[in-house]
Amino acid sequence: MEETALYPPIEPSNFDLIVIGTGLPESIIASAASAAGKTVLHLDPNPFYGSHFASLPLNDLVSFLQSQSQSQSQSQFESQPSQTSDDYASTPLVTRPLYSALEFNSYSSDPIDSSRKFNLDMAGPRVFLCSDSMINLILKTEINQYMEFKSVDACFLSDAEGKLENVPDSRSAIFKNRSLSLPEKNQLMKFFKLVQGHFGSESEEDKISEQDLESPFVEFLTKMGLSQKLKSIILYTIVLADYDQGNLKVCKDVIDTKSGINRLALYHSSIGRFSNANGAIIYPIYGQGELPQAFCRRAAVKGCIYVLRMPIVAVLMDKDGGAYKGVKLGSGQELFSSQLILAPHLTIPSTLAPAEQVTTCHDVRLSDTKEKVARGICIAKNSVNPEVANCLVFFPPRSLYPEQITSVRVLQLSGNVAVCPSGMFVTYLSAICDTAVEGKKLLSAAMDALFCMPISGNSGNSETDNLCELTEGKPCLLWSTLYIQELTTFQGAFHSINYTPMPDEHLHYNNLLDATEKLFQEIYPNEDFFPTISVSDDLQDDGGSEQDP
Amino acid sequence: MHGIPRKALTEEEQGASSLKSAKLRDLQSQVLHFHHNKIYTEEAIEISAKLLESNPEHYTGWNYRKLAVQYRLDRRSEDGVDSESIQSILDEELRVVENALKKNFKSYGAWHHRKWVLSKGHSSTDRELRLLSKFQKLDSRNFHAWNYRRFITALKKIPDEEELQYTTDMIYDNFSNYSAWHNRSVLLSNLMEKGGKQYDKENVLGEEYEFVRNALFTDPDDQSGWFYHLWLLDQTLKQEPVFLSSWPPNGSNLYLSLDGRLKGQQSLPILHFQSKARKFPLVLYFSEAVEGVSSSTVTVEYQDGDSLLWTPLSANNFGFSQAWLTYLKFPDEVPSSEALPVKVTIAHFPGITSSKGMPCSQSCHISFSVCVTSDDQEHSEVQSSHRISWKEENFKARATQSLEANLLHSFSKLEITKENKPSTPKWSMEIISTEIAHCRELLSSTNCKIGKLTLARLLMAHKTLISYGIPDDGTEVHYEDILALYQDLMKMDPAHICYYEDGYTLVLLKQLTSNIESLLKHCDRYQESSSPSTNPYLCVRLNGLSLSRIGSTEHLLWVQMLDLSHNELRSIEGLETLQLLSCLKLSHNRLCSFTSLEPLKKLKYLEVLDISHNEIGAHSIDTRRYLCSSPLTHAVGGDWYFQKFVDGDVKLNNHWDAYLLFKDLNLVQLEMIGNAVGDERFKAFLLKLMPELKWLDGEKCR
Repeated sequence: MEETALYPPIEPSNFDLIVIGTGLPESIIASAASAAGKTVLHLDPNPFYGSHFASLPLNDLVSFLQSQSQSQSQSQFESQPSQTSDDYASTPLVTRPLYSALEFNSYSSDPIDSSRKFNLDMAGPRVFLCSDSMINLILKTEINQYMEFKSVDACFLSDAEGKLENVPDSRSAIFKNRSLSLPEKNQLMKFFKLVQGHFGSESEEDKISEQDLESPFVEFLTKMGLSQKLKSIILYTIVLADYDQGNLKVCKDVIDTKSGINRLALYHSSIGRFSNANGAIIYPIYGQGELPQAFCRRAAVKGCIYVLRMPIVAVLMDKDGGAYKGVKLGSGQELFSSQLILAPHLTIPSTLAPAEQVTTCHDVRLSDTKEKVARGICIAKNSVNPEVANCLVFFPPRSLYPEQITSVRVLQLSGNVAVCPSGMFVTYLSAICDTAVEGKKLLSAAMDALFCMPISGNSGNSETDNLCELTEGKPCLLWSTLYIQELTTFQGAFHSINYTPMPDEHLHYNNLLDATEKLFQEIYPNEDFFPTISVSDDLQDDGGSEQDP
Repeated sequence: MHGIPRKALTEEEQGASSLKSAKLRDLQSQVLHFHHNKIYTEEAIEISAKLLESNPEHYTGWNYRKLAVQYRLDRRSEDGVDSESIQSILDEELRVVENALKKNFKSYGAWHHRKWVLSKGHSSTDRELRLLSKFQKLDSRNFHAWNYRRFITALKKIPDEEELQYTTDMIYDNFSNYSAWHNRSVLLSNLMEKGGKQYDKENVLGEEYEFVRNALFTDPDDQSGWFYHLWLLDQTLKQEPVFLSSWPPNGSNLYLSLDGRLKGQQSLPILHFQSKARKFPLVLYFSEAVEGVSSSTVTVEYQDGDSLLWTPLSANNFGFSQAWLTYLKFPDEVPSSEALPVKVTIAHFPGITSSKGMPCSQSCHISFSVCVTSDDQEHSEVQSSHRISWKEENFKARATQSLEANLLHSFSKLEITKENKPSTPKWSMEIISTEIAHCRELLSSTNCKIGKLTLARLLMAHKTLISYGIPDDGTEVHYEDILALYQDLMKMDPAHICYYEDGYTLVLLKQLTSNIESLLKHCDRYQESSSPSTNPYLCVRLNGLSLSRIGSTEHLLWVQMLDLSHNELRSIEGLETLQLLSCLKLSHNRLCSFTSLEPLKKLKYLEVLDISHNEIGAHSIDTRRYLCSSPLTHAVGGDWYFQKFVDGDVKLNNHWDAYLLFKDLNLVQLEMIGNAVGDERFKAFLLKLMPELKWLDGEKCR
């Protein structure tokens, strides 16, 4: 067998933990387990780190999206499960398609021609607030030595015409803002101070009442006398509400005042945390795919063994009790561990699952009715705002069309964060949706607002490029893709087998990190999630040494 | 740096610091040795660098280095010009300064040394700008850096427009930056002075008001923007000084007599002036403090025609004053029946200039006539033998006296007339009205003290512009609103209550003197009921009004009798302009020292003074007293005969301030009961000091 010759056998063959998939949650767990002194084997069938959190060259992104959009059983790869040793029952692993409704549009050959100069995020748009819990973890684990960051220069609020207005997110931004009226400036700053007072002051007088804290945030904002525009700014650009908070009856995720002001305070504590960051928001150079990779490097330093390009064909179960024993690799080698972590796109077919795991089957079938996230990537030659290179754009509910009930969030990045060739701009879009149709409608409307589509369609003709370069003052699309990603996550399926969370719909990693930490504590209830090693961590915190000077 | 708390030193640090100071002392004595012996060897200079780098505050060290550099430069130029070695000497200086500034970037000596090196003209100004941007990143409000920046930009001839953009950027970055706002005001002043279409005053002020308004609305509690706003307001109202009023008033008829009797001309008692010396004061009052009033800028045409000596009537000695005084003399041989014309011309040629440097460019005239009445010896001593009792029954309601109304009416003529109307442009009213509207809008949602104070100032500015005859544009302003604002402020911010009380007082006095009717309400005729034969006084009664200072005296130049009792007066600065004052009641106020009564020394006709029930002597420490003349200042001059009056009484030795005040007063009557000072010995001291004194605390003493 030629294939197996490619894979030298892995030594040893017994581990405390085997992790399959190098997505962010898997990488964090591998790193945390290694730090806790566990023997860890980290496998990924792909030739790159990051799985669904990776940043890839343009061509690789396209083929990965395509490969992950159809169901394929790993067992087809290795069609003879009979090779398993007699002691264990072998259950084949099935890849669940995470992506659907793929759509690619190429208006110019330029991006494809320089495919390798792109580092496109699979799970974009995503950024960090300087005070995010993820940034704290990055500093604590000192993986900041593997990463560099740059500031996102500006945040904009947009309407359906693509008219961008600066988000007045700080004192000086309020001062500079040209679209707010004077009383609005006064109200907004007063509100910011109110929240600062709530957190900063000892006196009870400055605290927001318990009753207010439990009320919907939108009602509290109304009570504080903020105008519609200001409410929209706070809710959708700072607190990052997904759903229209204006109609509380149908809103699926009502944000209460407590979490609203927590988010606002987090945002404000981010401004000025690092002296060389301009605002609250930063982005890693070379893309978000750097993050799982950095955790993998830290895991490796702590003794975790890494094998990429290694397909896993089956899970080995105890014949009698059906308990998890190990995995069978594409190479045919069998490896054993006490715990197994699976990336969310891998499933064990329900028919083969032992009888007691009813809940899992239930979950898998439910996934169709659950929410999805629509993602889009656009490549253009110009910035959506000529004055800034890297920026966020928010389309709050009802800003694009009256029936829009969820926010569309947009992140534009330039060559200065090494995600695309200089002279081009990459734009990520996302919106939460119930159906693929709805998701695509949302993203298309946002793209229409920001870009102009080349008239001649999908040809690679460079003449048309020039013709439409800056029609209506909007940048012209060179290439784009839209895809729908599932959000369903499996939890605690089998004893000793756990699934990591999916790339979620958020702009930040807070929820993912919480879920990952929880998962780690479930597997290792007696271990610290990255124990604090030395005092030097605190120093690191202040210095902001992870920044490119 | 701002907002960084100090930490107490640990024991370890204390040990290190005493070690360091020992080292410093050693370095210091070495450098002083080099300095005294003019040793400028490389080693010596190196040691001075060490000293300055660890203690940049050592001024002598910097001076030594300047001498050393000069010495070395002179040596080099003797050897022939070698720009490279000059460069290296100066570069070394810059390096030392840079290290010193790293130690303390607010060191005056270090910044000054750097300026000195740069002014030699051999160093790169670009490098300095880069260094400055580093310093301003560290602390954007460091005024040393801003100061140095102005020096460098002048050296490098960077246009003001460019620097203006820089301040805009800095303010956008963080608008709580007094230094940036200040630099902006400096640059705009220059640009407006140069003029041009783009920097036309009206445009600039309009844009700047809008710019700063964003800061004020965003954070009304931040004061830096408000300070800039205050500068803008000042620029909006800035105008030439104008002549406001005079005594004797324009068009009046003055009676000058040797005695106190009126003969037939009962009509105008207050234009009757008694003087044995046959002279009377001429007072000119301007809209702001001016200098340059002299016989060459003001011509007075009258019979005598001697050149006149003008003196400023002001508490400070800088030569600027709102009121100027001279005396007109009428010799004996003048026939008594004739009215002698006097014509005063305030010339428009340059000469009279305000303290802000604005010239008084409009000429104006006043004229009046003087009748000198003949002597009448039999009554000459009558009036002064009576004690002024200030009793209520001696005051007659002014309502019956229509002649005072007439008189005051004639005074109103010396208010702003067409001739001396200020040149304030119409747009200033638009600006003030807009600012009033915005300020009111802000205050409707924010309770902010500096906003209230600004609104009070804006409303007052509006009133002032109206008084200049600029048409109102629909904004109604009432004095009551302004007074209410100050009363609010006193409650809101008791820490600064004195400031608000002063503001309140000035507005109130402006209101009282704003028209004849309101002023007449405070005018009463005083006449002793027991002796109806004596001249009646027209008394201005401003008692019980919570006044904390003096103001609006331009409308009161004619007052001879003034009641300021039962107020909150802490100072009487400004009373010196009321040259005709002869009876003054200051009882029940908060005057706490004799030095605070210094303005009275300029009132040559003051005979009756009531300072009872004040706080004189109650405060053991009077900080003000050191601002005034004292035995320690030169102002006292040669007539210091204090010891003669004290006569060895140790307890009186402390009363040099009383001596300084009363030796220059010619009082006939003094009330000072109810103060912490005033025992029998002190009274005896006063009697000795003032030989004219007849009544002391209600008792006839001579």
